[in-house]
Amino acid sequence: MKTLYQFHGGIHPPTNKTQSTQTPIRLAQLPVKLVIPLHQHVGNCAKPVVEAGDYVLKGQLIGRPDGHLSSAIHASTSGTIAAIDMQPVAHASGMADLCVTLIPDGLDKWIELAPCDDWQSLPHTELRHILRNAGVVGLGGAVFPSDMKLYAHKHKIKTLVLNGAECEPFITCDDLLMRERACEILLGIEMMRTLLYAEEVLIGIEDNKPEAIAAMQAAVTAGGYARMEVIAVPTIYPGGGAKQLIRVLTGIEVAAGVRSTNLGVQCFNVGTAYSVWRAIRYGEPLISRVVTVTGNVAHPQNFDALIGTPMDELVAQADQLPGTTGYIMGGPMMGVLMPSMQVGMIKATNCIIASSDQLFPAAKPALSCIRCTRCADVCPAELQPQELYWFAKAKNLDKAEDYHLFDCIECGACSYVCPSNIPLVQYYRFAKSEIWAQEAGKKAADAARERHEYRESRIEREKREKAEKLAAKEKAAQDARAQRAALAAVPETGTMPVAAENPVQQKIQAAIEHAKLQAAAAKPKNTEQLTPHQLAEIADIEARRARVRELAKDNTEE
Amino acid sequence: MSGFFSPFITKPVSVSQIMLHVLFALIPGIALYVWFYGPAILVSITLASITALGIEALMLKIQHKPVAPYLKDNSALLTAWLLALSIPTLAPWWLVVVGTAFAISISKHLYGGLGNNPFNPAMVGYAVLIISFPAYMTHWLAPQGVGGVSMSFSDQLGYMFQGLLPDGLTLDAVTMATPLDTLKTQLHQHSQIEHILNMPIYGHLAGKGGEWVAGGFLLGGFYLFAKRLISWHLPVAFLGSLFLIAGIFHLFDPAHYAAPLLHLFSGAAMLGAFFILTDPVTSPTTPRGKLIFAAGAALLTYLIRVFGGFPDGIAFATLLMNITVPLLDAWTQPKVFGKKEKRS
Amino acid sequence: MISALLVMAAIAGILGAILGFAAIKFRVEGNPLVAKIDAVLPQTQCGQCGFPGCKPYATAIAEGVADINMCPPGGEEGIQKLADLLGMEFKPFGGETKPKPKSVAVIDESTCIGCTLCIQACPVDAIVGAAKQLHTIIAAECTGCELCVPPCPVDCILMVPIAENLSNWKWKYPVYALTVSSSGNAAL
Repeated sequence: MKTLYQFHGGIHPPTNKTQSTQTPIRLAQLPVKLVIPLHQHVGNCAKPVVEAGDYVLKGQLIGRPDGHLSSAIHASTSGTIAAIDMQPVAHASGMADLCVTLIPDGLDKWIELAPCDDWQSLPHTELRHILRNAGVVGLGGAVFPSDMKLYAHKHKIKTLVLNGAECEPFITCDDLLMRERACEILLGIEMMRTLLYAEEVLIGIEDNKPEAIAAMQAAVTAGGYARMEVIAVPTIYPGGGAKQLIRVLTGIEVAAGVRSTNLGVQCFNVGTAYSVWRAIRYGEPLISRVVTVTGNVAHPQNFDALIGTPMDELVAQADQLPGTTGYIMGGPMMGVLMPSMQVGMIKATNCIIASSDQLFPAAKPALSCIRCTRCADVCPAELQPQELYWFAKAKNLDKAEDYHLFDCIECGACSYVCPSNIPLVQYYRFAKSEIWAQEAGKKAADAARERHEYRESRIEREKREKAEKLAAKEKAAQDARAQRAALAAVPETGTMPVAAENPVQQKIQAAIEHAKLQAAAAKPKNTEQLTPHQLAEIADIEARRARVRELAKDNTEE
Repeated sequence: MSGFFSPFITKPVSVSQIMLHVLFALIPGIALYVWFYGPAILVSITLASITALGIEALMLKIQHKPVAPYLKDNSALLTAWLLALSIPTLAPWWLVVVGTAFAISISKHLYGGLGNNPFNPAMVGYAVLIISFPAYMTHWLAPQGVGGVSMSFSDQLGYMFQGLLPDGLTLDAVTMATPLDTLKTQLHQHSQIEHILNMPIYGHLAGKGGEWVAGGFLLGGFYLFAKRLISWHLPVAFLGSLFLIAGIFHLFDPAHYAAPLLHLFSGAAMLGAFFILTDPVTSPTTPRGKLIFAAGAALLTYLIRVFGGFPDGIAFATLLMNITVPLLDAWTQPKVFGKKEKRS
Repeated sequence: MISALLVMAAIAGILGAILGFAAIKFRVEGNPLVAKIDAVLPQTQCGQCGFPGCKPYATAIAEGVADINMCPPGGEEGIQKLADLLGMEFKPFGGETKPKPKSVAVIDESTCIGCTLCIQACPVDAIVGAAKQLHTIIAAECTGCELCVPPCPVDCILMVPIAENLSNWKWKYPVYALTVSSSGNAAL
C-alpha cells in the first residue's frame, strides 16, 4: 500500500454527484448550429484557415496554431461556415471573441484521417506535432497545449500523475469516462509515459468513485501495465488540484511559479489521456468531450458533446426545468456564471450546471472580517486569506503580493467557510488582475522610456553630425582663404586657381539667388505661440544660418 | 445575475452563531456565580446587554450603516456579558452603563466597528472604569456564607439602582476585598502565604466561590474547544505560561509567592484564557503569534498581580498585548505550500 | 544628583555612538532620486505637466520645483506612489487637470498629406512614414500623449480611447450591498 500524504486544509461540501452517474455517457444530438471560438487554449489564438461560405468536413482544420504556444481548432461536424466574427464566448466578462459559426449539414461526415498503427516507431517530435495539430489541450480545465507539456528530457520525470480525482461537487465527467473507457485512457497514458520517459504512473481517484477505481484497476491488471498504480485518495476538496494531488500521491510540494517537471513530476487529466490516444492512434482531432449536465434539469447525465454546441441546446437534451436562472460552466466552487445561455461550449467545459434560486441561493450580505482565521484553516496553499483580504480591500497590492497572493489557486474554500459571507476569492481575482494590468502598464512605460531616450540621443547625434559638417566646412573655408592669401602673394602663378573656381562659384551664386527668391515667396506656419524651448531652437538655427552665410561670404570674397 | 461569482455554495457558521456559542459557554460560570454571590450579576448582565445593543444601534445609525445585520451578530452582547462579569456585583447601575457605552462606542465603533478595533472592547471598558472610579470598582460582594452579613437580592437591587443600603449596614460591612486583593494587601503587611490562605475567604485552591466560578469558565472553555470555536494555542499558552511563571516564583520563595494553581483559579484568569484573549478581532491570526501573545499576557498578568498596583492584571495585560498584535502577525507568518525548505 | 547626570550623559553618549555607527555602517547608496521618480512616472512624454518629457519633470520634482500632482496620465495612483516615495502628503489633482481615459492616436490615411510634422513631434517615435509618404501610427508604441495632434496641418489625427477587450479585461473591485436588495441578492 502506498503511503499517502496530506495537504493542509480542505473542506467537505455536499458532493451532489449521484444525480448524474445513473446513466451511461450519452452521445449528444447534433445541434442546430455550432459556435466554435478560435481561442480555447492557453497561448496564441488560432488563425482561421477557412472563410465564410466554405464547406468543411468533420475534423477539418479551421484554425491553425499560431506561434510556439498555441493549438489548432477543428470543425466539430460537417457543414457550412456561416460566419467568422466576434461572438459572445464562455468567459466571465461576457465579452466577444473571434468565433467560427458552423451550420451542420446533418451528415456528420468525417475528413480523411491519418491513423497510426505503430506509434512507438514514430519520433517523439512527430508525436507531439500530431497532438498540436490535433488541437489536444488539457481537459482538466487549464486547456494548456498538451504537446508542450509532453516534452521532457530523459531521466527528468520520475512520476507521471493522472488526475482522476474530480473533487468538485456536481462534476462526474471523469468518473464516467473512467468507468466506460478505462482501456483507452490507459493506452493514452502509455503514450504520455513514453513521451515523458516517466518511470512510474500514479492514477489518483477520489474514494467516492468506487466503480471508476474498480474499472481502472481492472484495466491496469488486464493490460499488464508495469509500474502503473491506481490509488484511491481521500475525498476532500480541493484534492483534485494538480498541486494538491501531487502532494498527496508523492509528498512533493510544488510551489507557485515552480514547474513540477523540475521536481520530477508531471500531472495530466484522464480526459486528456483519452484525447491523446484518439489523436495519435486514430488521427482524430479534439472535437468533442464528455460534459456533465446537471443542476436544475430533469435528467442529469453526462453527454459526449461536440465542441461549439450552444449550451442551451445541450441542457435541453437533459430536460431543463423551469426556474433556471442561468448556467454555470464548471463546478459550484470554481465555476463561471455564463453571460448568456447560448454561448458555445468549449474544450474547457467539463460541466454545465443549470442554476436556480433553490440550488444556489443569492449571496447573503457580507459583514466585516472578524479575523476568525477559519479561512486560513482550510486554505490548501497554506496562505493567510484574511491578510490577503485586508490588503486587496485596501488596494495595497504590493503587500498582497508579498503575502503570496499568486500562490492562491482560487479554489474557493476560504469563501465557503467565511462566517461573515465575504466573497474572498473575488478580492483575490481583483488584486491579481490589477497587478497584471499594472505590470503590463509598467512594461509599456519602460518601452516608451527607451524609445524616448533613443529619440533624444538620435536628435543629439544629428545635431552633432550637423555641427561636425559645419566645422568641416569652416575648416575648408579657412584653408581656402589661407590658400588665396598665399596665392595673392605670388601673382603669376595665382591666376589659374581663381579662374577654376569661377564656374563653381557662379553655380553657387545662382542657387543662393534662387533660394532667396523662394524664401521670400514662402509663408512659414507655426510661428505663433512658441514655447521657450522652441524659441531657443530657432535662435540656434538662426545663428547657424548666420554663420553659414558668413562663410559663404568669405568664400566668394576675392 | 451578473453579481454571482464562484463559489456559489457556502456553508459557513455565521458570526451570530459563533457568538451565541460563546455566550452559551459562559453560562456554567455565570450559574456558579449566581450560586455563590446571588443573582445580582444577572441584573448587571441584563443592564449591560441593553446598553450595548442600544449604543450599537445608535452608533450604526450615525454612520448610516444598516442596523439589523450588525445587531444580530451578537458581538455587542458578548462584550456586554464579559464586561458585566468583570465589574463588581455591587456596582451602581450607572457604572455598568458607562462602562458598556464606552466600550461599544469608543473602543469598537470609533475604530470602524466589528473587526476593525485593535483593543478588546470589554477590557477597554474595564480599564476606563477602574481608572476613573477606582473606589466603586472594589465593591465586591463576599461569597455567601463568608462575610459576616449577607444581602438579599432586593437589597442588592436597592443598592445598585438607588444607592441605598439596608439599615445599619455600611459598605465596608457588605463588601469584601477579592481573594487577589486580600493576598496583595496581606503580603504588603508581611504576612506569609500559609497564614493568608487560612483566612475564611480562601477555599481549596483559591478564593472560595471564585475558584468554582473559574472552574465554570474552564468548563465553558472545553465546550468552545470541542465545538472548534477556539484553537488550543491561546488558552494553553496563557494558562501554561502563568503556571510556569507562578511556579518558578513559588518554588523560589513559597512564603511570599502564591502557588500557581491559586493564580490560575483566581481573578479573571480562566475567563481571560478562554473568553477574553480569544477574541479573534484583537488577537493574532497565526499559531505562533497566538502562543507569543498569550505567553506575553500571562507574564504581564503575573507582574501586575504581584509587583504592580492592581490586584488583577488581566485587563491591562490584554490591552498591552493587543498593541503588539499587528507586529506579531507580521513576524510570525507561516511558510506557504511549497516554500518551506527555502530560507526566505 | 551628579550620578543621575552622569548616567544620563553616558546613556546619551552610548546611543549617539550607536546611531553614528549605524549611519556609517548601514549607509545605503541608493539610486539617484531622479531615476527613482522617473521609474514611477508613466513615460507618456506628453508634456501635460509643463515639462518637456517625464525625465525633466522628475528632475524638477527632485529639485523641489514641481508639485507631485501635475501628471494626469499617471492618475491618482501615480500621485500616491510619488507621495510614498518622497514621504510627502498625497495631493489631488488641482483645478482643471484630470486624468483622461487611455487613448491611442489614429491617422486618417485618406487625409494625410505626408508632411512629417507629426513624426517630428512624437516623443517616442511611434509614427512611421517619410516626406510625401503616408504616415501611420504604431498603435502598440503610442502612449496617448497627444503631441502629434496640434502640428498636423490637415487635422487628420484622432485620439481613440482604448476599448476593453478580452486581453485587457480585469476583474472589478468587489462591491456588495450591506443589506439584501429587493431581488434577494446582496451581490452587486
